[in-house]
Amino acid sequence: MMDGPIPREQITDKAAVSRRAVLQGAGLLLGFALTDASTEPIFAAPASRVVENEVAATFAPNGFIRINPTGAVTLVMPMVEMGQGVYTSLSMLLAEELEVKLDQIQVQHAPPNHALYANSIIGIQNTGGSASVRAFWTPLRQAGAVGRNLLIAAAAKRWNVDPVTCRAKDGVVFDATGSKHLSYGELVNAAAKLPVPSSANVKLKDPKDFTLIGTRAKRVDSAIKVDGRALYGIDARLPGMKLAAVAISPVLGGKAKTVDEKAALAVKGVRQVVNIDEAVAVIADHTGAAKKGLEAAAITWDDGPNGKVNSADIVKQLEEESTKPGAVARNEGDAGKALAEAAQRVAAIYQVPFLAHATMEPMNCTVHLQKDRCDIWVGTQAPTITQSVVAELTGLPKDAIKIHNHLIGGGFGRRLEADGTVLAVKIARHVDGPVKVIWSREEDIQHDMYRPYYLDRLSAGLDAAGNPVAWTHRIAGSSVMARYYPPYVKDGLDPDAVEAAAEPPYALPNIHVDFVRVEPPGVRTSWWRGVGPTHNVFVVESFIDELAYAAKQDPVAYRKGLLGHNPRALAVLSLAAEKAEWGSPLPARHGRGISVQFAYGSYTSQVAEVEVAADGSVKVKRIVCAIDCGMYVNPDTIEAQVQGGTLFGLTAARHGSITFKDGRVEQGNFDTYLPMRIDEVPLVETHVIRNAEAPGGVGEAPTAIVSAAVTNAIFAATGKRVRKLPIDSDSLKSSS
Amino acid sequence: MVFTLKINGAPHEVDVDGDTPLLWVLRDVLGMTGTKFGCGQALCGACTVHLDGQAVRSCQTPVDSVGDSAVTTIEAIGQTPQGAALQKAWLELEVVQCGYCQSGQIMSAAALLKDTPKPTDSDIDAAMSGNVCRCGTYHRIRAAIKHAAGV
Repeated sequence: MMDGPIPREQITDKAAVSRRAVLQGAGLLLGFALTDASTEPIFAAPASRVVENEVAATFAPNGFIRINPTGAVTLVMPMVEMGQGVYTSLSMLLAEELEVKLDQIQVQHAPPNHALYANSIIGIQNTGGSASVRAFWTPLRQAGAVGRNLLIAAAAKRWNVDPVTCRAKDGVVFDATGSKHLSYGELVNAAAKLPVPSSANVKLKDPKDFTLIGTRAKRVDSAIKVDGRALYGIDARLPGMKLAAVAISPVLGGKAKTVDEKAALAVKGVRQVVNIDEAVAVIADHTGAAKKGLEAAAITWDDGPNGKVNSADIVKQLEEESTKPGAVARNEGDAGKALAEAAQRVAAIYQVPFLAHATMEPMNCTVHLQKDRCDIWVGTQAPTITQSVVAELTGLPKDAIKIHNHLIGGGFGRRLEADGTVLAVKIARHVDGPVKVIWSREEDIQHDMYRPYYLDRLSAGLDAAGNPVAWTHRIAGSSVMARYYPPYVKDGLDPDAVEAAAEPPYALPNIHVDFVRVEPPGVRTSWWRGVGPTHNVFVVESFIDELAYAAKQDPVAYRKGLLGHNPRALAVLSLAAEKAEWGSPLPARHGRGISVQFAYGSYTSQVAEVEVAADGSVKVKRIVCAIDCGMYVNPDTIEAQVQGGTLFGLTAARHGSITFKDGRVEQGNFDTYLPMRIDEVPLVETHVIRNAEAPGGVGEAPTAIVSAAVTNAIFAATGKRVRKLPIDSDSLKSSS
Repeated sequence: MVFTLKINGAPHEVDVDGDTPLLWVLRDVLGMTGTKFGCGQALCGACTVHLDGQAVRSCQTPVDSVGDSAVTTIEAIGQTPQGAALQKAWLELEVVQCGYCQSGQIMSAAALLKDTPKPTDSDIDAAMSGNVCRCGTYHRIRAAIKHAAGV
């Protein structure tokens, strides 16, 4: 997903930063002045202070490395940390080639700068798509190697020896004998004066010589996250800052009708009521007063045109529209003819619900809007987009929009959107001085941008031996891509909506896959962890399971028969099945299910083991995951992502559903939009295949794959096929 | 109204309405941002602090109910034997991902270990199921509590 051209507003940045500017250090490199330049790492920052993003340093050979004469090494992180471990893995890539130890470094959030920090897979400086390690595997190693070469060259010059006789280790350059040595800090002034070699020409380490990449190195952000020091966007604090509680129109497009400002202002600590029609904010000395004032304001709403939106109509619209042909994603052979001639035909409709992101850190943004600049303190996956939309909204030039990025308390795609920042800026226009806008949990759930509701129609034909000879798959739903990255949608085809459906891993001779775009009224949709594959892998892996049973074959054996051409998919499938003791006997109403996927550049397979009680309640007992993500950086991070990503997908499969009535979201807090809790967690086992293939993404793979493994296991346990998520226990009751 | 709160061993005077949740006094009035806001309804545990060693949800604790109780937050829990052991275990087992819920997780776990030094799995379920982690670090939270407890 997300490959392709660069959105127009980003392109102009590219030429603006000249090579010379890059060499001049952080201030000029970023194209705006350093107002509060600091070498202090964000991680050591006192909790009462927000640290500027930019670090000025003596030695800054590229966008990623800053070293000062004191020896302080700062690595600038082009992608944001939201739990996925990217600050650690990207630091490992840099540190491996720069020859510094991880505990010698500090990291900084990169400022918005497309030219320096764009993700080459996504096309802009966005963190998502499980693309960070894939995109930065080579560039960051090259950046580290450039730094190392320059520091070695500076030492060699000092000693008047050939640089090839010198070596660097742990931030120190040694001569051939090891008797002479100079630390990086002692070398930065000289190294900064040397010509910077082209990153494409530096020699990178042979992977067999890696001492850091591939190890279970410790996360660089753990220490500050166990004692309260870590600063998220919601922790921003500024002198004179006010706090805002906000109520957004419960119906998209509605407006505030009545607001009891007097009652709100009577609350101790409330300073101001801001009514911007689409929302009302109460501004106060602290959030407690702001919330109390918001309640006192007793707002009533004019619902506007979406006041009648409800889930049943949205589904009905999808049912109708999905009977019509869509934009063709793949058409090989003649699926219609093959279906008509098949010995056996199978057809099914699958549905997946709207899903909220429900990040633990609720939506928030701190804004200080002044005449000639606008400062934004926020955790964002999309800093350049955020900067652009604020520039558009305020009429200020982009370089007057200062994005102070933060650690993110859960992203899952929610922080790819700038709507929270836009709302905060609209409120800040009416506030003198900095204001922090925090959404309540209910506002966060009810004004999310949801994973689309999809309805899929599938049919397949089997020959007399049970092999698939025809496969048709129509996907109907909202197109996030058409709104977010319109140039990527060609002839109505949204490549994300069909990802992992257009190219199932199996040998399917006659295949037709198309997409019907259906935009639900009154609902905003967006990226959700796992994006297209999270929906499509559930559907494809459920339906192939249906075919296996229709062919009266074992689901693993059936898949193996269709994966002969796909050795890496076959290998993960075989490994997961073996580790899960596939085929060994289980008690009644227990079952195993398998799924396999290729997405985000990685091959993944999972086996789920479930028990379905007579009352229909499902206990997921064990998930075995095999993953081949090519060359990898940190196996402990992979294991953590498999554990967490699996639970994220499983939570949705079991509990996740956003529904609408009278234009309003019916869920509100964690009592109605249920998270998984510790007492519900199955065993999750991770088996990583080691090879020398290109690196693949990991963060979303387990989220996308888990639902089908579980629902296939439910079928094995009960004979009941789950074709609609979330899993409905009532439909799984024992008939006896 | 003015309240004097005993937080992490030091007195703090705040002038707020008595029904103001302790959470916002800590975060907004006193600038102690380690305690997190997650749901406002005592459903997620992100705001967990200790009152006289007992875990409470600060988002549902009015400041006028605190009285003379000693408030302990994530910023000072490392000064207790349970807190120190848990923070060490959290680091050794690499529990955190986004980290946002972890202040509350550690505060709940510290209260658990104070009362139940050798918890069973069901003790952990009972004490920790009020703390939500959307990153799904539950496997490691369980393992780290056991590691800290030496079970």
